[in-house]
Amino acid sequence: MIDALLAGPAGPWIAILALALVTYLCRASGVVLMSRVRLTPRVERGLRALPGSIVVATALPTGLSAGLPGLMGLAAAAAVMALTRFELAAVLAGLGVVAAGRALGL
Amino acid sequence: MSHASAAPFTRAGILTGIRLSLPLWPSIAVFGAAFGAAAAQRGLTLAEAAGASALVYAGSAQMVTLEVWGRPWTVSALLAAMTVTGLINARMILMGATIQPWMRGTPLWRTAMTLFVLVDASWLIGVRHRSEGGRDLGVLFGAGIGLWPLWVASTMAGHLAGALVTQPRAYALDMILPVFFAAMLAPLWRGVRPALPWLASGLVALLVQRLVPGYAFIAAGAAAGLVTGLLVDDGAAR
Repeated sequence: MIDALLAGPAGPWIAILALALVTYLCRASGVVLMSRVRLTPRVERGLRALPGSIVVATALPTGLSAGLPGLMGLAAAAAVMALTRFELAAVLAGLGVVAAGRALGL
Repeated sequence: MSHASAAPFTRAGILTGIRLSLPLWPSIAVFGAAFGAAAAQRGLTLAEAAGASALVYAGSAQMVTLEVWGRPWTVSALLAAMTVTGLINARMILMGATIQPWMRGTPLWRTAMTLFVLVDASWLIGVRHRSEGGRDLGVLFGAGIGLWPLWVASTMAGHLAGALVTQPRAYALDMILPVFFAAMLAPLWRGVRPALPWLASGLVALLVQRLVPGYAFIAAGAAAGLVTGLLVDDGAAR
């Protein structure tokens, strides 16, 4: 029954509400937790490592499955961002390199 | 705590928060437009993309869940998306923990409202305000609520623009997500040692991608990064 509901037109909205709820729990749980326990430096370090780890785990496999143009595009985006610190330039450079690579048939 | 009373929450503080968020507007708008365009490529309707931005309001999590977006949704797809969202937003637990002393004694509804619009940018603005001796919670709320309409509007603009493109592959729009993520690595870079978990994450993600169908590789890589972060000293003085 739940599967039928999820597969229907309401599915995406159920998902959005569920994801909003998970996100809100993350926002609130730190405040709730801290009024009870203290985070150890070790756990803090692990949480600090999370954002970059997630970025790599998402971008690397997806980029590699797009072949050489994909990999070159990821490298270009990271390089332009490191040099300019301007997201728009980095994204355009990355997409431009992928598009050019594909046009050249790499 | 030296302050026995609840922190103030003033109109002036809210306006200050909004003003302090202004320098971030260009990058938030680009991120929002990138999410909107990627959402259009993934088949989300304009209302769904805008709804996700308005209710979830967490850019990285929204971006990654697009990768596991159900077509159609099933219970297992939903659980996978919720897991990924929880992992990515786990850093909010840390953010919440750091501002908890500030919120002590504040009415529950005000705390709940301020937490709803807590994002990386507003957290940074709030933490800076605190370190400069301020304690007006309106600044934290204002920085978050000020970016919210921009986030939703730029999502819609990106969706409309992305849906116009009939040959997304030729313009590499199918790659907007990984490209944006690669760009996000640069500002996160803090040297080689703090990046060791990233290396572990990338290797595990590639391995799991080969072995397990679906998008389990994102959660597996992230978990490897978390464990590496727990085990290896990143050299940060904190």
